[in-house]
Amino acid sequence: MAAEIRPKRPFRWHIGVFLAPALLVYTAIMILPLAGTLQLSLFRNIEQHQVFVGLQNFRTLFGDPNWSVNFWNALRNNTWFFIIHMLVQNPIGVMLAALLSSPRLRFSAFYRTAIFVPTILSFVIVGFAWKLILSPLWGVAPHLLDLVGLKSLFTPWLGKEEYALTALSLISVWQFVGIPMMLIYAALLSIPEEVIEAAECDGITGMSQFWKIKLPLILPSIGIISILTFVGNFNAFDLIYTAQGALAGPNYSTDILGTFLYRAFFGFQLQVGDPNMGAAIATMMFLIILGGVCVYLFLVQTRLRRYQF
Amino acid sequence: MTTKLLTALLLGTSILGSAGVAYAGDVTLNIESWRGDDLAIWKDKLIPAFEAKNPGIKVVFAPSAPTEYDAALGAKLAAGSAGDLITCRPFDKSLELFKKGNLADLSALPGMENFSPVAKSAWQTDDGKASFCVPMASVIHGFIYNKDAFDKLGIKVPETRDEFFAALDKIKADGTYIPMAMGTKDLWEAATMGYQNIGPNYWKGEDGRAALIKGDQKLTDKDWVAPYEELAKWKPYLGDGFEAQTYPDSQNLFTLGRAAIYPAGSWEIGLFNTQAQFKMGAFPPPVEKAGDTCYISDHTDIGMGLNAASKNADAAKTFLSWVASPDFATIYANALPGFFSLNSAPVKMEDALAQEFVSWRGKCKSTIRSTYQILSRGTPNLENETWVESANVINGTDTPEAAAKKLQTGLDSWYKPAK
Repeated sequence: MAAEIRPKRPFRWHIGVFLAPALLVYTAIMILPLAGTLQLSLFRNIEQHQVFVGLQNFRTLFGDPNWSVNFWNALRNNTWFFIIHMLVQNPIGVMLAALLSSPRLRFSAFYRTAIFVPTILSFVIVGFAWKLILSPLWGVAPHLLDLVGLKSLFTPWLGKEEYALTALSLISVWQFVGIPMMLIYAALLSIPEEVIEAAECDGITGMSQFWKIKLPLILPSIGIISILTFVGNFNAFDLIYTAQGALAGPNYSTDILGTFLYRAFFGFQLQVGDPNMGAAIATMMFLIILGGVCVYLFLVQTRLRRYQF
Repeated sequence: MTTKLLTALLLGTSILGSAGVAYAGDVTLNIESWRGDDLAIWKDKLIPAFEAKNPGIKVVFAPSAPTEYDAALGAKLAAGSAGDLITCRPFDKSLELFKKGNLADLSALPGMENFSPVAKSAWQTDDGKASFCVPMASVIHGFIYNKDAFDKLGIKVPETRDEFFAALDKIKADGTYIPMAMGTKDLWEAATMGYQNIGPNYWKGEDGRAALIKGDQKLTDKDWVAPYEELAKWKPYLGDGFEAQTYPDSQNLFTLGRAAIYPAGSWEIGLFNTQAQFKMGAFPPPVEKAGDTCYISDHTDIGMGLNAASKNADAAKTFLSWVASPDFATIYANALPGFFSLNSAPVKMEDALAQEFVSWRGKCKSTIRSTYQILSRGTPNLENETWVESANVINGTDTPEAAAKKLQTGLDSWYKPAK
């Protein structure tokens, strides 16, 4: 009988103790500011006092053309920024990783490092260096194009409404292509030899081996990279700010949510900052990113098949 | 740069050190400022000149970084630890301090009569009844040109718009020089050196500006669209790829001698004097036909006010009266060529280029940038929109009419002139 009485398990206090530091730090520097932002977006400064106005700020953001036009413009630009990254950065990253993991490639460690280095550079350096490279006055871009007889293709890309955003997206791709490359490279290396050998026995080699064997195995990594790109792009700000300034010229053609938020929150030149409207924009950014991540988690990731070896 | 910084630091410590040993019974005044660059001028020239005349008053110049100034000053004022004298930003930022009761009313200060109404407008209530800062300096817009280039091509300094464009055509046809060094990448060049530079001649300076604030004129009126029409004509005279040319690019193009004309603000004088290897001259924005009244943008930039909570208000007022005097104006204007005293008394300056700029005050009527007073308080911000639209007009992506219409629509959405 006595055996049926299970000994009372002692309270496992060590779990709480071990979780506490991370929980406290995360709450203090992430959850509280986030809650603060959400709260700020529901208030408005009237006669030097913060007054609760409900969703009034959001009504202004979407109802007043002075705000909504800028907001939709920024969202559209941001989406294009993201599309360029998905279409250019990630395929190139996968391709570079596939090349690097090829056992016949020499100096692969050197290439890997060289391609990864821009990722650790400061945005200020990247923005400034590319501004100089593309400068119509002192840049090397016009000269290089001249050398191959394509001078006529050169235009001041960063100063033209139709090209500026694409040019900046490609600069950002140049900077960050190392991250998908590294993640995919790691995923490719973790594919067991037996699987590859089995494929070779079945006569699947070369390109078809990549498409039929390796790519399905690295799809979960590509999913993770896509969601990282999404979050990174919709939070982007630094590159546009250093290369084009807070007004994101020409004619707001490079204005993304980050720069729009900056101008609203902190103000610019004679424009006085409005923290409440800024918080409303920040809340919208949060919701957009949250929505994107949820779509990925519930619709995409659950359908990805995982292979256990 | 490093030595400069070191010198500034050493000077800073020496000031702090000497503040402690001020004679008992002396009054010490502290100046709050963002002009750290001017520390040496205050320490070596301005303060000794004042102290020699006013024994018993010690002055300490204590600047903070420009980007931190407004926030730091606000915090100090709230805590009651701010200096006696406050360096004033123009327009709304200082007006806000005055409304909060941080700045004292200086309308009756002896010396204020030395300034014209335009000079005082940056530090007045909207109705012009109370002044709260002594105007210190302004910057003037115009064009700086490469004298060697003009001599070589046989061009004489243009006075009318036709002569101006004829000169540009001649420089372009010759091909040695880029006719005009300006880019639209940074946006503000197009607005500040372009629109606000040539505009006053069209909208008749203060008359037009006041009418715009009153609501009698609109940005879509002929006088306000015409400067955009002229700006649109500048495009062929700018360098290759001007759309991506930044402000430092323009400065370098001109000082390297590759461009003939530079649409300028007088603050460039100090830098250009040290960098350019050729002779330079300047001319005001050309008028329509010879003999027309000319108008210049003589933009108020920096002033000084009295902390309403100061315990040494009397000594501080003595100092401010001195700041309003021609003595101060002479020292200041010579130490910082390009930052002109707003004093009505003529100031003798050594720098030839600065003399040329300031001489226009005698023959032209002064005004300030049209967007700065009152009109840039709302959303969308008129000044920022003017940057964007001026660049659009020069780039050719907006017609002058479309640009003016956008600006007026934006302004109408929040600004209701008092009728």
